[in-house]
Formats: sequence, structure tokens, C-alpha cells
Amino acid sequence: MRTRDLYSSLGHDPYRWVRNDDAPPWTELAKPLRECRVGLVGSGGVYRTGQVAFHHRDDISLRVIDTSVPVPELRTSHFAYDQTDARTDPNVVFPLDALHALVAEGVIGELSARAYAFMGGIYSARRVRDVLAPEISRRLAEDQVDLALLVPV
Amino acid sequence: MGLIARRVEADGIPTTSLTSALSITRSVNPPRAVFLDYPLGHTAGKAKDPALQREIVAAALAAVDELDQPGAVKMLPYRWSRDDDWKRETMLNGDTRSHRSSSPEYQCEADRALAVAAGDCPTCVFL
Repeated sequence: MRTRDLYSSLGHDPYRWVRNDDAPPWTELAKPLRECRVGLVGSGGVYRTGQVAFHHRDDISLRVIDTSVPVPELRTSHFAYDQTDARTDPNVVFPLDALHALVAEGVIGELSARAYAFMGGIYSARRVRDVLAPEISRRLAEDQVDLALLVPV
Repeated sequence: MGLIARRVEADGIPTTSLTSALSITRSVNPPRAVFLDYPLGHTAGKAKDPALQREIVAAALAAVDELDQPGAVKMLPYRWSRDDDWKRETMLNGDTRSHRSSSPEYQCEADRALAVAAGDCPTCVFL
């Protein structure tokens, strides 16, 4: 409840999260994890140096980030959370080092060459559903990932 | 992110979602979620603790084999601190969010200079 309480304590109209009472869609993993190509999507407002940062007025844009990027080149720009720790160590919202470690250990097959970042807390569920979600889904399919790890903020 | 999880999964790619906001996750109802009871902004662990981050991400990935009910949530055992005072502090801090304008908010001014120097950003997808 604390997130809902926090949002309503901020003086905005009470925000209602999307409510889906139906069973979510379901896709079985097609192969063992150790053979999977994993894609990463994070909504911590991550961008890399050289890219345009997010603006804080209902930005629904996406940043494509090479997963070979040195983590110190990652930045964050987000309107809704304390970024102190994310700016010290972007892995806390965009866990590239952990994923690379799991590839090295053989837990997963490989990390997709591209990861995707946006700024969560988008007010319009309609724009997420109709614009952002299909764009991310299309790109993950194009990248031929077997499994997507989603890291919201 | 739950809406994105549902779309990606519906399009045929399995997803696993870390979350630190259980009420949102229960409401939006993604296919598989893994709950970490940490303050906002630490969905994948604590800063400069790669071993913990690795455990959390491994647990999120393992959920794909463990969860067999659509909408199931796996609860992680990690605690942010020995007590739950941080939850109260989150509330007391009130609105710490930044002013909302439609110009890019860079982490630092050097980033703005780099982005301007780079010109068109082919890896920025403006929707």
C-alpha cells in the first residue's frame, strides 16, 4: 500500500493503477535457461552518455542501449525516485553486471546485444498499452530473445 | 511495466518482472513477478553489492522455471535493513520529485554537451 499512499500524499488526483482481473497472458519458456538469450527492459530512466536524457513531462520515449556499454557510462533521469544510489551504481535499476555474470557462469545462454530503457511512472496507461508496449515487444522479437527480464521503477 | 510484460508475453516471449511495488503489481497483474521489499529505486539490489545483485537477478530468472500460475508472485527473502523504518521515511519525505518540463533533464551538464555534440540520436526512439 505504501506506493499508493505515497502517490496520493503528493497532492495529485488519486491515481488508479490499471486493474487487470483477468488471467495474464502466458508463454512457456521454449528452451532451458542456460540456452536462452535474455533481453533487459528497465524503467529507471537510464540513458547512456551521448544520448538525449528523458524529460519529465510524460516522456514515453525509449533508449536503445548496447549491453556491452561500460556501466560507468550509464546515467539516470527520472522524475519519481531518489536516484542517489542508481547514479552511484546504475546496476540497481539496470542490472547489466549481474546479467553478464550469469552468462559467464552459464546460468543463461547470452545477453541480447541491445537493452531498452524508459522512464516509468507514465501517467497514461493508454499510451503505454498502445504505443510503448508494442514497440518494446516488436524490438524484443526482432532481437530474438527467448526471455525478457523487466526491471520497473 | 506490467502492461509491457503482458504485451510481450501475449506476443510470445516469456517475461519475468522484478518489482518493489507489490500493490501495483497485484493490480496490473503481469504474468510472473518477483517481489523485493526495497525502497523505490533499488529494484535489482543495493548499490555496489554485485553479489547481492547477482542473487536477485538469478532469482528473477529462475522464477520462469518455478512459477506455473499466471499472475504468480515470488517473494524474495532479502531485507533492506534490520527494521522497517525506511518505509516510514519514504512517506515523511513527501514530494521529492523534480519539476516536470518537456526539456531533457540530464544527470549532469557534461551529458548535455555530449548529447548535443553527438547530434541526431539514432538510439533514442521518440514515440
